[in-house]
Amino acid sequence: MIANLGLAALWMAAALAALQLLAGGLSLRGGNPALAGLVRPVAAVQGLLALLSFAALVYLFWQTDLSVKLVAMNSHSAKPLLYKIAGAWGNHEGSMLLWVTIMGLAGGFLALVERRLPEPTMLATLAAQAFVSLGFYAFLLLSSNPFERLTPAAPEGQGLNPLLQDPGLAFHPPTLYIGYVGLSIAFSFAVGALLTRQVGPAFAKAMRPWVLGAWVFLTIGITAGSYWAYYELGWGGWWFWDPVENASLMPWLAATALLHSASVLAARNALRAWTVMLGVVAFSMSMVGTFLVRSGILTSVHAFAVDPERGSFILGLLVINIGAALLLFALRAGSVTEGERFALASREGALVFNNVMLTATLGIVLIGTLYPLVAEAMGLKVSVGPPYFNPMGAVFVVPMLVVLAVGPLLRWRSDKLGRTGRMLAVPGLLALGVGAWFAGSGFVGVLPVLGLALAAGLAVASLLPLAGRKLKTIKLPLWGMVVAHFGVAVALFGMAADSAFTTERLVAVRAGQTVEVGPWKVFLRDVVPIAGPNWTALQADMDARYKDGPARDIHPQARSFWAPPQGTSESALVTRWNGQLYAVLGEQAEDGRWQLRLWWKPFVPMIWYGGLLIALGGVLALIGRVMSDLRRILARDKIADRRERQGR
Amino acid sequence: MSGGGLKAKHQRLVLVLVALAALIGAALLATWALRSQASFFYLPADMAASPPDPDRAVRLGGMVEAGSIRRAADGVTIQFVVSDNKARIPVMFSGIAPDLFQENSGVVAEGKLRADGTFVADNLLAKHDEKYVPREMKDMTADQARQTVAETQ
Repeated sequence: MIANLGLAALWMAAALAALQLLAGGLSLRGGNPALAGLVRPVAAVQGLLALLSFAALVYLFWQTDLSVKLVAMNSHSAKPLLYKIAGAWGNHEGSMLLWVTIMGLAGGFLALVERRLPEPTMLATLAAQAFVSLGFYAFLLLSSNPFERLTPAAPEGQGLNPLLQDPGLAFHPPTLYIGYVGLSIAFSFAVGALLTRQVGPAFAKAMRPWVLGAWVFLTIGITAGSYWAYYELGWGGWWFWDPVENASLMPWLAATALLHSASVLAARNALRAWTVMLGVVAFSMSMVGTFLVRSGILTSVHAFAVDPERGSFILGLLVINIGAALLLFALRAGSVTEGERFALASREGALVFNNVMLTATLGIVLIGTLYPLVAEAMGLKVSVGPPYFNPMGAVFVVPMLVVLAVGPLLRWRSDKLGRTGRMLAVPGLLALGVGAWFAGSGFVGVLPVLGLALAAGLAVASLLPLAGRKLKTIKLPLWGMVVAHFGVAVALFGMAADSAFTTERLVAVRAGQTVEVGPWKVFLRDVVPIAGPNWTALQADMDARYKDGPARDIHPQARSFWAPPQGTSESALVTRWNGQLYAVLGEQAEDGRWQLRLWWKPFVPMIWYGGLLIALGGVLALIGRVMSDLRRILARDKIADRRERQGR
Repeated sequence: MSGGGLKAKHQRLVLVLVALAALIGAALLATWALRSQASFFYLPADMAASPPDPDRAVRLGGMVEAGSIRRAADGVTIQFVVSDNKARIPVMFSGIAPDLFQENSGVVAEGKLRADGTFVADNLLAKHDEKYVPREMKDMTADQARQTVAETQ
């Protein structure tokens, strides 16, 4: 019953998307106003229907309705409630339904609130949004129906991959998806602006909050995903250049570039064609990521569907959407008139540099991610990892970070670099000093030294835009920029400190023995069996002592799940202000000793604090922008009101 | 441009050229780096026939030979033999082996081949479950050894 309702809602949402596309497209060609009036309400209802369908699926998972194939394949009645609900999107079909739901809701919200752009541009934008949505509805309904029934109903479900049975599952995918799919709005704006030849500051201002919002969610999603992988995999690393991680990094890089170029377009009416291009590229990267992750051509915990038909379907969608957008761009880019000019040494110049470096980094990541797939098609099995990505990424990221220290201090249009020289002397000397100190100490690699030096300089330089201003009069977007840039320095410091100063111990010990790792003494009291709701585990009882401080209990576990049967390792962490102790329990050797792997990772949490600061910067900027938009709308309404009264 | 310097008319063209140059540069750099840094996948027979450079990170995949796993005195280093019934490569690994790492089952080892012919692995990937298998090992599930051999022919 509920399953039928969900399926019906999905079909209706798809039909409304088709109507939205048709009405929007026809009224662009000068159709009748009634048709144009349909577009906005239809977009809103389409979003609500998609939400209803998604709610139905969550309900089915909550109830563990085993007559639904998807539930039977991916859930289990003995699973904790949180994972029953989160399990609704911990599989291919459910996650794609979440995707179209967010897409529909975003489109509906856009239709209801955005009134600044000329109506034809809005109609074109909403039609473009409907076009993209329609492809994904078709994908769900034709090849990934989440509501497919099972007769007779299964006696018991097959359970959820234990690696996914973590509170992170409840937040990580929805957060990332809001980010990915939020970029579809930027894509539709770009297409709409190209179709109606309305690329200008108004377009950038309308698009910017959406890009900011999507970017904030992407930032949080990537940060949380990195921390999740860090503690869940038990490998002590926080970024593996796994294709799935790259799939989230690529849209983030494009969105970061878009965010900055949209600022230039909004403030200075420059970089018009480039901003439109980035709008297309950002969501294209989201779709490329989805294709990589969901098509089954990669094997990872994220790849649910090993089904060639689905892979080809997503690839088809990808080619149609990106191809059509790029074709439109090629046809119309010539008619996008050139924007305002600027000097090389100016805020715009620095932002262009930042954009080019971000795009080049994106290229490096994209090529490194796709290369193994291309090579495999030619019969060569290769994998690409940190030895490629780290140095190649640094080639472009390091210059970008240097310019990041300078750019915010420059004036729009034209400036002299010498003016910023005195301000930058302090961070510059600090960076040189830190770099020289660690390079002299000789035990640290080139990239970590560079990272530490840049982080020190950037931390100071990022605060300089606040210098000489009254703190109370500083507007929120400026706070946002400063906080985000400071966050970059913090994250960079964490990354560099982790690779420069981490100490690792791999030992086999008996109960009653003590292991030293860095400043820590870790005492293994005992290893005991324990049981959880759907797993059993061996748990190490240890106490960890930092220098001569108090002992803290830690309990790393080696868990065995029974549905499906699989082992996971639960690491134990002790966080201090200056770093993290990371402990993993291995197996027992024949002679009774236990394997322990311990890391002391100085300042590693800075990576994620930095990520959160970057996201916070985005939130501040977003609030600032939205509030000033609201103020403008209110003021305009008041003036209109007054005129009306005077006229009477 | 109001500040002088570049000819105003050409600014857009210059920007496009600079961006293109940077992107093409990135692509060329990436291609060059991939040639030297991509880690190739070897079956034992390939590795025996044409051993990779000792400083080159590669992956070795095959079956863990029955009775070959030996634990060193430190309790954390294991030695075993990866075979495809054509060649046998001794592997050394220090660390916590994945749960499903066992004899007579497939493994992918990431590491370097030492000059003495021992493969030193930094990481082992074993078959986890149906939903999470290292890509190279998808082909090695059922009757793995024979398939591995058949694949090389």
